[in-house]
This record gives sequence, structure tokens and C-alpha cells, in this order.
Amino acid sequence: MSIYLKLIWAYLKIGLFGFGGGYAMLSLVQSEVVKNGWITNQMFTDIVAISQMTPGPIGINSATYIGYVSTGNVLGSIIATLAVVLPPYLLTLYASHYISRHSDSTIIKGAFMGLRPVVVGLIASAALLLMNKENFGIAGSSENLISIALCVASFCMVYFTKIHPIFVIILAGIAGFFLF
Amino acid sequence: MSLTKNIYLQLWLTFMKIGAFTFGGGWAMISIIEREIVDNHKWIEKDEFLDLLAIAQAMPGILAVNIAVVIGDRLKGIKGSMAAAIGTILPSFVIILAIAIFLTPDTIKNNEVLTRIFKGIRPAVVALIIAPVITTARAAKINWKTIIIPITVAGLIYSGLPVVSNPILYIILGGIGGYIYYTHVTLKQRKEGE
Repeated sequence: MSIYLKLIWAYLKIGLFGFGGGYAMLSLVQSEVVKNGWITNQMFTDIVAISQMTPGPIGINSATYIGYVSTGNVLGSIIATLAVVLPPYLLTLYASHYISRHSDSTIIKGAFMGLRPVVVGLIASAALLLMNKENFGIAGSSENLISIALCVASFCMVYFTKIHPIFVIILAGIAGFFLF
Repeated sequence: MSLTKNIYLQLWLTFMKIGAFTFGGGWAMISIIEREIVDNHKWIEKDEFLDLLAIAQAMPGILAVNIAVVIGDRLKGIKGSMAAAIGTILPSFVIILAIAIFLTPDTIKNNEVLTRIFKGIRPAVVALIIAPVITTARAAKINWKTIIIPITVAGLIYSGLPVVSNPILYIILGGIGGYIYYTHVTLKQRKEGE
């Protein structure tokens, strides 16, 4: 099987079976691309590190990067990225249309009544899971204290003021440069 | 709604801005999207935004892209969803491709300046996810009785235990539970009220 077909197959699976966004998808990406021998475990760790230092969803980042590295050309990048994006795109679009067409049905109304508090919990779980030593340093260290202060300050700016969240990210980056 | 002729261009640019400043995946987008789409452009209402998030989360794939798709579709149908999705993907595609072509992983990973900048950004990203917990709780009209639902969901996912830490479980239970509550309690109360 050509490398392109393998890429498409691997990223179709990652797109269709990856739920939950971000790091929840990582183990799936890892098992697919390392198993195929496209990259080593060490390279995979590198890609995760790069993803943390560049914008965008890690699913896209890994597809673009591995698509290029495994084929040596831009076409590989495009193909892998499309493979991971297109099937969920179509499914989500279909779900969105279906739900808005049936927005008056008892099932949809009832389901969303239950889903709303669940989504709040899902966002809270994402925040909890990111409160780890990779993001905040080892508890009690000076790095840890600065990180907590930055988090609290950022929260206050986003929640209590009209300062744009993008500007808060930029400020936090500048603060990080001078404080760490 | 202030929909100008160039709504597709606006959608594309807005989501490109969102994509370019989203670090750490789809959840971190929510604050930025809320500010851009709900507060600034007033394209959708807060409670509707919450329903769209539920759809995006329930579908497989990359959360950030799914969020773009549902919002783009709600505003301008299929073409709108394409504009929003391409906008979200493009910044990371271009940046990662440039890194793959011109740099080795080590130049990024061991760059001292970048490392320091991102040590500052990561805690801010967490703050960007905590803020919408509160704003969505308000939009969902969470009260002292229903607050048990998000707390249980968040706690069990955080626990990392098998089965109960899978978010999909709560999408399914939330949908079924909501339907049962709606048909057995809400509709009956309404009938009795009539």
C-alpha cells in the first residue's frame, strides 16, 4: 500500500474515533503513527512539544507534521490534514442540520436540557486536567507560584474586564519571558 | 444581527484569529469564541452557544474544528461552516508546515525564549478555560440543585478511572436523562399549570 493511502487510512481513523478534543486524541495518534514506523516515540514526544508551542489543535498539528515528514512533500501534509478533518466535518454538519430541523421535537428539547449542565462539567474537567505540573510546575516551587499568579491574573482579566482573551495570552507570554 | 455582504470573509477572518491564538486545543477556544462571536459580533446568543458546544463535543473529530463547523453552519449554512473550519485550520497548518520544512524539532523544543514565553502562556490558557465554566453555568441556568451534575461529571472525568472518565458517557447520559426529565417532569408540570 502506498504511503499516501496509509496516511489517509491512519488519519481517517484518528478523526473518526477521536473524541473529546486535544490530548484525549493523543494516544490514538501515537498508536497509529508510531505503529506505522513513520516516526519514533522520541519524535512523537517532539511533536507534542511543538504542538504545545504553536497554535492550533494538536490533531491538526500532528497530521500536518507527520504528513510532511513521512512523505517528504507538502501533498502528504494536505492529504493527512484533510483525512483527519473531512469525515468529522461531514458528520458534525449533518448533526447540526438534523438538530436545527428538529429543534421543536420533544427528544431534541429534552436531550439539550440534560446536555447543557453536562457541557459545563466537561469544560470544568478540561480545566482540571490541565492543572498539572507540566503547566504549573512542581507544587511549592517558585515556578509553581508564578504560574498560579499568572493564572489568577489572566482569569480576572478575562472574566471581570473587557480585555480581549487574545491580548491576555500575549500579555501572559510577555510576563513568562520576563519572569521565568 | 449585523451581517454584512462579506459575512463569509468575516467568518473566515474571525476563525483564523481564533485558530491563531488557540493553544492547547478546542476548550481553550471557548473564551475567545465567546468574546468574538457572542459579545462582539453578537452572531449568536449565550444559551444557543452552549447547545452548539454540546453538538460539537458529541461528534468525533477535532473539537476546535467541530466548534467552528457548528457556528459557521448556524450562521450561514454549509458555506459558512467551510469558511469557519478553513479559518480555524489554516494558521496551524501553515505554521506546522513551515516548521516541518525549515526547522528540526530541536530548534523549537530547546529554544530558551520560546520555552519561557510558553511557560507564561500555559497557566493563562487554563484561566481561559476556567472563565467559560462560569459563563456557561450561567447560560445553562445552573442552580443549587442542578450544580451536582457538572460537579459529578467533572470529578469523574478527572478521576481517570476506567469507563467513568470517558466524556462520551456523559453526553449519552445527559441526552437520555434530559429527555426523561423533560417528558416526565417539565411537560407534566406545564399541563398541570394549564
